[in-house]
Amino acid sequence: MANDSSRLRISAVNDVVRIDFVDRDILDEATIRQIGQDIQRKLEPMSAPKVLMCFTIVEHLSSAALGTLITVNSLVKKKGGTLRLAEIRPEILEVFYITKLNKHFSIDESAEAALKALA
Amino acid sequence: MPARIEGHAILRGPRAEIDACQSAVEQAMAQHGYGREALFAVRLALEEALVNAIRHGNRHVPDGQVDFQWSVDGDEARFDVRDQGEGFDPEAVPDPTDDDNLEIPSGRGIMLMKAYMSEVEYRDPGNHLAMVYRKSKDA
Repeated sequence: MANDSSRLRISAVNDVVRIDFVDRDILDEATIRQIGQDIQRKLEPMSAPKVLMCFTIVEHLSSAALGTLITVNSLVKKKGGTLRLAEIRPEILEVFYITKLNKHFSIDESAEAALKALA
Repeated sequence: MPARIEGHAILRGPRAEIDACQSAVEQAMAQHGYGREALFAVRLALEEALVNAIRHGNRHVPDGQVDFQWSVDGDEARFDVRDQGEGFDPEAVPDPTDDDNLEIPSGRGIMLMKAYMSEVEYRDPGNHLAMVYRKSKDA
């Protein structure tokens, strides 16, 4: 268990890196940049990482946050790993559909379903 | 129903300025009975509009300011965001939903504003954004 950033809660579930956001809003550019850096630092030494990002309490996110998710996904893919997103509220999920990023990301309804898919 | 509520702010960049504008608009919309979907839509669109104006519009303008005017009544919420930059051609922004562009991290702000607002117009030369949210969109 490690708190790599005050904006994220990062934990290990078997061989999966689980990342939970601790803020309801992911809007501020500086915070988003920090989140991206914290995740990259965590994943950098890993090979073929299995990553789960949970949006349980997230109520708002901006296009800048989407950009960071895309960057993280690219890093994970480059390392031969897998990223899954889970527990996204319907309003936020709509943002993924509008931007067609639902085609780019693997999205599960629950963390349990995502962990099962990553097993 | 309360009277039309109006606001005006000059933003120079700090995050607290954006949060203060968002909060004032949200309170006005709540007073006029806008629902949760409307508040979500306007918050997202304003976030993109104000950040774009500060970060991109005024990118080459030292000490640039963003002029933000808004009004909310029982039927609609109107927003005008003006930066001091040279403007841009919104039609020239690549479609972020094209398969070839899905992995590009940026360029989704304008399409999100268009998706969530009733009207979005960049006025010549592209440094004045006018947006409208109509309450009927709530229904």
